[in-house]
Amino acid sequence: MSGTDAESTVLPNQTHTMAADICGQTLDLDEDDDLEVFSKQATHRSALELEADDEGDLKDIFVTVDNPESHITAIETFITYRVLTKTTRSEFDNSEYEVRRRYQDFFWLKGKLEEAHPTLIVPPLPEKFVVKGMVERFSGDFIETRRKALHRFLNHVADHAILSFSEDFKVFLTAQVWELASYKKQGPGLLSRMGETVRAVANSVRGVKNRPEEFTAMQLYVEAFSNKIISLDKVTQRIVKEQKEYLGELKEYAPVYTLWSGSEDTLVGPLKGVADCIERCWKETEEQDNHLTDTLVPTLHEYVLCSESLKAVLRRRDNIQAEFEAKNEALATKKVDQDALKEEIDKLEDRVEWANNALKGDWSRWQKCMRGDIKSAFVSTAQKNVDYYEKCLAVWETFLLSQRSEGSEDADNSS
Amino acid sequence: MAEAVNEEPARIGGGGLTDTEVENNKKNTMVEQQGSTLLRRLEISVAEAEKRTGKNTVNMQETFTMYLIETRLIDVMTEGHNPAPETLWRRYSEFELLRNYLLVTYPFIVVPPLPEKRAEFVWHKLSADNMDPDFVERRRVGLENFLLRVASHSVLSNDKILYGFLTEEHGWKQLVYDTGFQAKADSRIKALSATFRVKNPDRRFTDMRHYSDELQSITSQLLRVRARVADRLYGVYKVHGNYGRVFSEWSAIEKDMGDGLQSAGHHMDAYAASVDDILEEEEHYADQLKEYLFYAEALRAVCRKHELIQYELETASADLISKKQQREELATGIVRTFSFKGMTNKLFGQETPEQREARLSLLEEQIVQGEVTVKEKTSECREYVNGAWVDMQRFKEQKDRDLREALVSYAVMQISMCKKGIQVWTNAKECFQKILSSVLMNTDQIFVG
Repeated sequence: MSGTDAESTVLPNQTHTMAADICGQTLDLDEDDDLEVFSKQATHRSALELEADDEGDLKDIFVTVDNPESHITAIETFITYRVLTKTTRSEFDNSEYEVRRRYQDFFWLKGKLEEAHPTLIVPPLPEKFVVKGMVERFSGDFIETRRKALHRFLNHVADHAILSFSEDFKVFLTAQVWELASYKKQGPGLLSRMGETVRAVANSVRGVKNRPEEFTAMQLYVEAFSNKIISLDKVTQRIVKEQKEYLGELKEYAPVYTLWSGSEDTLVGPLKGVADCIERCWKETEEQDNHLTDTLVPTLHEYVLCSESLKAVLRRRDNIQAEFEAKNEALATKKVDQDALKEEIDKLEDRVEWANNALKGDWSRWQKCMRGDIKSAFVSTAQKNVDYYEKCLAVWETFLLSQRSEGSEDADNSS
Repeated sequence: MAEAVNEEPARIGGGGLTDTEVENNKKNTMVEQQGSTLLRRLEISVAEAEKRTGKNTVNMQETFTMYLIETRLIDVMTEGHNPAPETLWRRYSEFELLRNYLLVTYPFIVVPPLPEKRAEFVWHKLSADNMDPDFVERRRVGLENFLLRVASHSVLSNDKILYGFLTEEHGWKQLVYDTGFQAKADSRIKALSATFRVKNPDRRFTDMRHYSDELQSITSQLLRVRARVADRLYGVYKVHGNYGRVFSEWSAIEKDMGDGLQSAGHHMDAYAASVDDILEEEEHYADQLKEYLFYAEALRAVCRKHELIQYELETASADLISKKQQREELATGIVRTFSFKGMTNKLFGQETPEQREARLSLLEEQIVQGEVTVKEKTSECREYVNGAWVDMQRFKEQKDRDLREALVSYAVMQISMCKKGIQVWTNAKECFQKILSSVLMNTDQIFVG
């Protein structure tokens, strides 16, 4: 990886001059391909590093989600997204992959990750169904919002120290459509999965008896956090809505001044000036509103979904403990095969400890991530607002200056 | 606070003088200072507003507002004295009476308008209640503005009724009614709403009337849109106040984020609150626009009155011409124009010479009268045109000055709003930046608080 750093600034048109240097360092790959990969990697890194949890480690896997396309079959219409992967990891046979995935594939991946790591905080997916009334499932905005969220999802997974090495993740990124379909069919059948669900429900009904204090505290925190983040999300959506209404009325405002200027002579200058100022401010307001929609809204929304994930994680941890506790009780009360049961209980006990540690570790990672994301989203919003007001200020000050100089001109003329 | 009308001897026409002497004093004072307006000699202000209750004309309890008018002679002040101002209380309906009197007495003047009777073009948070203190305050300012404009007008400021309005609390109403303006008022209203076609309209007045229509239409549209924009802006700012509440609640459960969130929340509250002052200031701008909305009506009335006078002149002239023609016909026996009498004469026989003579002398009388009328109307028209044209020019200059100033002050308000916005969001950004993203190395630190 370090070897490629030097070449990462190579421009595509320097192909031939660099060819000799590269040949010495790489395997028999087409020179052009190498350079293409390196230069693309360079741009990829700068684009993705903004999202990556930068702990100073070098990223060795880059994932993008783009290029939505709609597919029409006899039974249904659906959207697929292009998932592009570039990696230097040895687990991957190639360094580059391009596959097409649809939403239910992402959904499947998330399920598998949660199954394998029940107490890790798996990043959230955008909602499966859109509840809010009139939004067209195939509208441009909806697809773009979803695409961005799916992109973030995969990147969070790729950034996660444990989750990114999941086999399911690897298959998701690399398998062709038919390969993925057959891969999905493997694993526990429907009946055994149903059985697991029943057990999970039974465990959660039974409840956990001796939950460690720290996880109770965690649960209280998650409840409170969830409420707050939902409120923030609502407030922000409301602001966006109010601003859109404001923009609507503001759009009607400037033309009235322009219309008026048509009836006047001396006042033409100032009236047109005011109309112009209002129009410019309108543009700035629209830009600011877009920024809110592109930056703050998705971040807050993601954490709303996250808070649901957190609740699920705590539930799963509780279930694991409940299962252990149940078997432990059985040991004391039932006269069954003690040895076999004891062995099972030991396994469950290990499982509990493993689950708790995994959660504790991931919890601190998540908190740090959350603070960073929230902070940067709000800082960015505040900065945008400052920029917005500064731009509007400049617009009006220019107008004022023009009027004041005109005023002194008139004074000179009349004296 | 209400003060009793002062009986100080220093007052012009103070107690002890007879009514005639009072009148003479006033006339003399006016004559002395001819050419300068009232405002140069008299300081006028509408100082206060007070709620009163009383019985109205149908003997029902009602609440109304009284306005305190203070006046002070300027030359008395320059001598180093600072006497207390003369004061009297007037209510809105009395201002209306004064204005109606001026409208009728000086139809060729664009009479300054009063502030609106009822709150209109309100954006929804603004009260439409006449008793609302903000409305009353803005009306007080508007009434003062009205008096200052009238008192600084070269023609209107010399009016005796105006002077009485400012100085004579009781009996002033009677003075106004005694002028007999009511009768003229009724006929004026009828005339202004009538439709008639002028044969040779004065282009200048037609253009001015079109302009007044445009000004009326555009200012009312502007006021409506502005109110809607204000409403929406209010909504945007106020929703941000919710951030304050949520941040505050959230800061209670977050370690390391707490301080940053809490203080950011305060700035959000400040931001939300700032819109009240911003929009309050903008109401002054709206009031300036409203004044010219109402001025447009006054301008229109002047143009319409001219049309009426012109029409009357044309009618009188046409009537005179027709009468002269009839006389000629009778005298010469030659019928130039069709007339019913001519027809019946032909059918039923000629009239007697006596009848003819009677008719002829009647016509002569009418013609003499008609010529007088036409002369009167012509000079009335001419005087009106001269007076009106001068005042319309004056009005135009004043309007251009005032509205330009209003637009400039609007820009100043916007600038102030932007500066406040920059301040708040810069502060908020600093607070957000304080949110530490320190890594929790110790899992014990998962505990809340």
